[in-house]
Amino acid sequence: MPASTSSVNPSPAEHLLDLYRMMARIRAFENAAEETSRGGVAVFGSATDTIALVRGPLHLSTGQEAVAAGVCANLERSDYLTSTHRGHGHTLAKGANSTAMMCELFGRATGTNHGKGGSMHIADFAVGMLGANGVVAAGIPIAVGAAHSAKIRGSSAIVACFFGDGAINRGPFLEGLNWAKIFRLPVLFVCEDNRYSATTATDAMTAGAGAAARARSMDIPAETVDGNDVLAVYHAARELAARVRSGGGPQFLHALTYRVKGHVSVDPAAYRTQSEVDGALESDPLKLAATRLAALGVAAGRIAQIDAEARSEIETALASARAAPWPRADAAYTDVQDTGAGQWH
Amino acid sequence: MALISYGQAACQALAQAMRADSRVIALGEDVGRGGIFGQYSGLQQEFGPARIIDTPISEATIMGAAVGMALTGLRPVVEMRVADFALCAIDEIVNQAAKNRYMFGGQGRVPLVARLPIGIWSASAAQHSQSLEAWFAHIPGLVVVAPATPADNRDLLAASIESDDPVIYMEHKELWGLQGELPPRCATILGKARLARAGTDVTLVTWSKQVHTALEAAEGAARQGISVEVIDLRTIWPWDRDCVLASAARTGRVLVAHEAVQAAGFGAEIAATVAEELGIPVMRVGAPRIPAGYARTLEEVARVSAEKLLHELKRFVEREPRRQPAA
Repeated sequence: MPASTSSVNPSPAEHLLDLYRMMARIRAFENAAEETSRGGVAVFGSATDTIALVRGPLHLSTGQEAVAAGVCANLERSDYLTSTHRGHGHTLAKGANSTAMMCELFGRATGTNHGKGGSMHIADFAVGMLGANGVVAAGIPIAVGAAHSAKIRGSSAIVACFFGDGAINRGPFLEGLNWAKIFRLPVLFVCEDNRYSATTATDAMTAGAGAAARARSMDIPAETVDGNDVLAVYHAARELAARVRSGGGPQFLHALTYRVKGHVSVDPAAYRTQSEVDGALESDPLKLAATRLAALGVAAGRIAQIDAEARSEIETALASARAAPWPRADAAYTDVQDTGAGQWH
Repeated sequence: MALISYGQAACQALAQAMRADSRVIALGEDVGRGGIFGQYSGLQQEFGPARIIDTPISEATIMGAAVGMALTGLRPVVEMRVADFALCAIDEIVNQAAKNRYMFGGQGRVPLVARLPIGIWSASAAQHSQSLEAWFAHIPGLVVVAPATPADNRDLLAASIESDDPVIYMEHKELWGLQGELPPRCATILGKARLARAGTDVTLVTWSKQVHTALEAAEGAARQGISVEVIDLRTIWPWDRDCVLASAARTGRVLVAHEAVQAAGFGAEIAATVAEELGIPVMRVGAPRIPAGYARTLEEVARVSAEKLLHELKRFVEREPRRQPAA
C-alpha cells in the first residue's frame, strides 16, 4: 500500500516507520527476485540450461530503496509514474501488488503484464505506473506527454519521472526537460543517481556539474539530496511535488544513492573495488532509517517485526508465483494490434 | 463535384475529427502556422494552440510525448515533417509506441497517428526524399498507410485517427497539390486495397504516388495490347492479401512497383507471398539502391518513371507466359 499525502500528521516515528516499511518491502522483493533468478540468465554470452524461476535481465534496485519510498510517499494513486529498467521499487512504492509483480517476474499469466514484459517492463497502469522501460531515458518523453495530457485534459494529476544518472547523457533528457519547461508541465523529474551507467562509472562519462546543473540551465529548479536518507528524499520531494501540483511547472530532484548490485544480477561488478562497496553499505538506506528510528525510541523488535512482515509478504508472493499458470501459447498473438490482427505473416 | 487537394482533404479529415472528439490533438514543428505543406492550415485558428501544438525541434520527444498522451486519454496526431526526420524518433516509434500495448500485457493502448511524409520531392536530395514504409511494415504493432488520392487521404486519415493502434501515416510530398473529388466517406478503409484499373493480363500492385505512375504505364501498355490491372494497396500493413491474391489468380502474373529502394522493399514481401501462395510469375520494380541525388539527372535515376515501369512490365509479360495458379 502506498503511503499517501492524505495521511494525517502521523508522529515522526510512525511516519518514518511507514517509509521504512516500504523500503523493507522493496528490499525483500529484490532479495527474493535475486535469489530466484540464479542461473536464469546467461553470464555474458555463455549458455545456461538451468531452469530458474526469474529469467532474463534482472536489474535490482537493492540499496536504492529510499528514493522510491521517499518520492512515492508524496504521490497520489491518480498521479502517474514512469520508471527505468530498474523499476521494481518504484512500482511497489506506487502501490502495485507484490504478488502480481512477482508473477510477472516469473513470467506467469497472472502477472501485471500477463507474462509479456517481465522485470524490465514491469507496469501497473491501474495505479498510474506507466511502465518500466528497457531503453535508458525513454521514459522521459512519455512522462512529459502524460503531463501534457493531464494539462490539456484539466486533470490534477502530476507525473513522477524516474531515470538514472546514465540517462542525463541521452538526447531525450534535454528534449524532455526543455519541453516540460516551455509548456510548464506538472512533472517531478527524479534522477536516481546510483553512480553507474551500466558497467561504467558515470562521472567519467559526464561533462560539467551533472544532473541538477543541467536542469538549472533550463531554469528548472533542482535540489540535490542524499538519496539513501529516506527522510531527506521525502521532504525534498514533498516540497518539489507541492510546487509541481500548484502549477509551478517542472521540478527536479537529484538523489544520490549507490547501486549495491551489478548492472544486472549476473554482473559481478568487478570493475569497482570492494572498499567502495563496503563504504557504500555503511550508508545503506534501511540501516540509516533503523538507526534513526532507534533514536526516536522505536524498539528494535518493532523494526524486526516490519522486516519479518515484509519477508512474509514476499514469501506469499513467491508461493503464488510458483503455483501460477503460464500464459497459454496463443496469448503470444493477443494485444499486438487491432487492425491486422490475424495477419501474422 | 467540387475538387479538393490531397493536402486539404487530409486537413478536412483532421478538422472534422477534432470537432467530433476533444481528445484529438495535433503536435509538431510549425503546425500552428499551417504546417510546412499547409496540411494544418486554419486549424490553430479554429482549435487554439493547446490542441494544435507547436513544438520544439525535438523529434524524439514529439513522438515520445505523443505516446504518453495516447496512454493517458488523448488521441494525438503527430507531425514528423518528413519521414526522414522520424529516424530521430525511431526508439519512440519502434520500442515505445509499437511495443507498449504488448509488452505491458494490454494495460494500455497507443492511439496515435504519426504523419511521416515520404517520397522524392523537388530536388530535396538524400535526407528529405526517402520512402521508408518497409521499415515500419516490419514492426509488429504498427499499421502503415500510404494514400494515393485526395479521397483516400481524407478517409484513411479519419480511419487512422479512429484506430486504437499506432498508425504510421505516409503521405507523399509530391501529391499535396493533387486535385480530386471527395465522394461520401468510406469508413471501413484501413487494410482494404482499391482497384485503380481493371485488367486481365497482369496485376500491378503499387501504392502512394507510384499509383499514378502505374496508371500511366498501364495506359501505355493498353495501347500495345497488354491489359494491366492496377491495385492501389493504400494500407501497407496489414496489406490486402485477399484482394491481391484474387487479382493475381485471375491474371496469372504479378508485378509490384514502388518508389522505395527495391532491395528489401515491401514489394519483395508481396511478390514472395504471391509466389508461395499461387506459384505464378512475380516481378519487382523499385528504385536502385542509391540515395536520391540533388541534380535532376541524378534524381531521375532514383525514380521509377512511367517509362521505366512500362519497359519492365513489357519485359515481364514477354518473358513470363501467363500461368494458371497452382491448385
